[in-house]
Amino acid sequence: MAGLAYDVAHLLAGTTLLMSFALLYQRRLSAVVKVFAIQGLVIALAAAWQAHVQAATHLYLTAAIAFGLKTVVIPVALNRIIRRLGIHRTIETALGIAPTMLAGVALVALTILLVLPIAAGSALLTREIIAIALAVVLLGLLMMITRRNAVTQVIGFMSLENGLILAAVGVQGMPLVVEMSVAFSVLVAFLIFGVFFFQIRERFDSLELHYLEDVRDRGP
Amino acid sequence: MTILALLGLPVAAAALLALLPGYRAGAAGNIAASGLTFCVAIAVALGERTADALFFVDDLNAYLILLTAFAGFTTSLYSAGYLGHEQRHRQLAPWQIRFYHAMFQAFMATMLLALTANNIGLMWVAVEGATLTTALMVSLYRTKPAIEAAWKYFILCGVGIALALFGTILVYLAAQTAQFHGIEAMAWTELQLRAPRFDGAILDIAFVFLLIGYGTKAGLVPLHAWLPDAHAEGPTPISAVLSGLLLNVALYALLRFKMLLGANPQALATGPLMIALGLLSLLVAGAALYRRRDVKKLFSYSSIEHMGIVTLAFGIGGPVANFAGLLHMAMHALTKSAIFFAVGSLAQSRGSQEIRALSGAVARHPAIGWGLVVAVLAIAGLPPFGIFAAEFMLVTAAVEHMPWLAAAIVVGLLLAFGGLIRHLQSIAFAPAPEGAKDLRVAPPLPLYLHLALVLAAGLYLPPPLVGWLRQIAGMLG
Repeated sequence: MAGLAYDVAHLLAGTTLLMSFALLYQRRLSAVVKVFAIQGLVIALAAAWQAHVQAATHLYLTAAIAFGLKTVVIPVALNRIIRRLGIHRTIETALGIAPTMLAGVALVALTILLVLPIAAGSALLTREIIAIALAVVLLGLLMMITRRNAVTQVIGFMSLENGLILAAVGVQGMPLVVEMSVAFSVLVAFLIFGVFFFQIRERFDSLELHYLEDVRDRGP
Repeated sequence: MTILALLGLPVAAAALLALLPGYRAGAAGNIAASGLTFCVAIAVALGERTADALFFVDDLNAYLILLTAFAGFTTSLYSAGYLGHEQRHRQLAPWQIRFYHAMFQAFMATMLLALTANNIGLMWVAVEGATLTTALMVSLYRTKPAIEAAWKYFILCGVGIALALFGTILVYLAAQTAQFHGIEAMAWTELQLRAPRFDGAILDIAFVFLLIGYGTKAGLVPLHAWLPDAHAEGPTPISAVLSGLLLNVALYALLRFKMLLGANPQALATGPLMIALGLLSLLVAGAALYRRRDVKKLFSYSSIEHMGIVTLAFGIGGPVANFAGLLHMAMHALTKSAIFFAVGSLAQSRGSQEIRALSGAVARHPAIGWGLVVAVLAIAGLPPFGIFAAEFMLVTAAVEHMPWLAAAIVVGLLLAFGGLIRHLQSIAFAPAPEGAKDLRVAPPLPLYLHLALVLAAGLYLPPPLVGWLRQIAGMLG
């Protein structure tokens, strides 16, 4: 049983990381949303699996929240925004796909070098989950940096939060407070981001963020 | 019990003010709620030191609770006048004013929750909540720059806060290495007791994430990019509470984690990291003061500079430097919000916040103009004000421990002094631009109240206060 628990948890965490990479090389906005939905599903499964393994029922709630929000509500809403604003064309990148992937691989290697040695005292599973979770966090950051569209930035942010959920459920016996707050923050963040989309659209007729940059250049 | 009252008051007021129509009722309600909260805060600070599963009061947070509630109260007084002007000149719709009042109370609730929470997760939730409420207030005017500033604030602080959560999870993981589980393993009071047995290496990594995360919120260079825009584009009372309260609370979070690492013999020394970030903030922000054109951005860079000084002081550590840091937090909060009160009134009168457009302040508005002159001299670190006292103590402590650092601090302080005085001269004493029309604004009373306190603190600190600050400085190690 211990072997199976370990393997499945690993599989799910690995899949989450894989989805983070998949987010990086999409060329169409609707595809990004699809991959994000899959990542949300995997996170929900990972949380449910941890609930089963640790016999911690409150984690089922985390799984349900993750599933409801990240696989259903947010992708549906994002798709609606994309359709309404007519922006499902190609994504503008600040850094090409290949260099981004290379940077992503480098970040994952860095994470493993950093986390595996220091967490030697904790359980093997926890340690590896933390390493993968940190990699997901950093890849989310990378996506926010290298994709210039407001929608992809928000998806990068939420993918980063997926990494946090992975870490929070992976640490055994972590109280509910944190997970709920993550789910909650995603919800609120999304609501507000949604408002921003419409405001930005209203004012600037575009979600490409470089239109915003002339504001910054306006001077100190 | 009093803690529940302290947190419940602003929450209830936020709900009520969201429903209350009309500017007058809203402003009165906001002042009443903030005043009551301040009274409860006094009761908490004078009351006994308690700790339960979720909340606790010790000397460190009692000090900041008192400061936060006081500055919240005076800012609510100022914002009544500020919003009255905005309403008369149709800058804000009635629903926006109602929204502002509700958000102001919600923000106060998150600040007080972050300070009283006896749980690293709960504190994180509170700081996240503060980000949400302030981002909404920054975008209140719905102009293009305001939305851009709010977006930038959201994205940068969102990422910062996410990294802080990762650090929080790592602290819990470190607690697990000492066979310490459950909700107690997230309580400050318990963590502090058991920190010596945690895995030092995990705490190290955790602290780096926490430093970047909460450091973003505290506006430390190079994580400060959101701060000047958010200060400049939001309503001025919000600039005052951002500088006066939010930055302090972010630093408070860092201080608590610093105390945890300090209790662990294997963990890295946090001092040098904080000294490096603090010194960088002081020097970069000091140099950035010179080329500002927007008056609120000017003073927000000055906030970055002062947060740098405070971080530096706590990084040096020891009784004198910690005392200086604590005193500086309070003095900066009071002086900087006073400056924003003055600047906000002047900007409303001229209808612009460009430094060039504001000149001639003393001639046209003697009361506000002189208030601004005194406040800027105080923030620039001239005697006999409280900031001078704090900075003097800091330099003394630095000379004792590392003389080269003292030299660098003095260079930074002089740099900032020059930048501030240069702009002050043109705002206060240069002739007003031709054809400048001044709308009538009333001098904001909280400005003079804050200045009186800062002056009093510079001239004479009562012995009980000194004793109290010494005790807190001792806790910080």
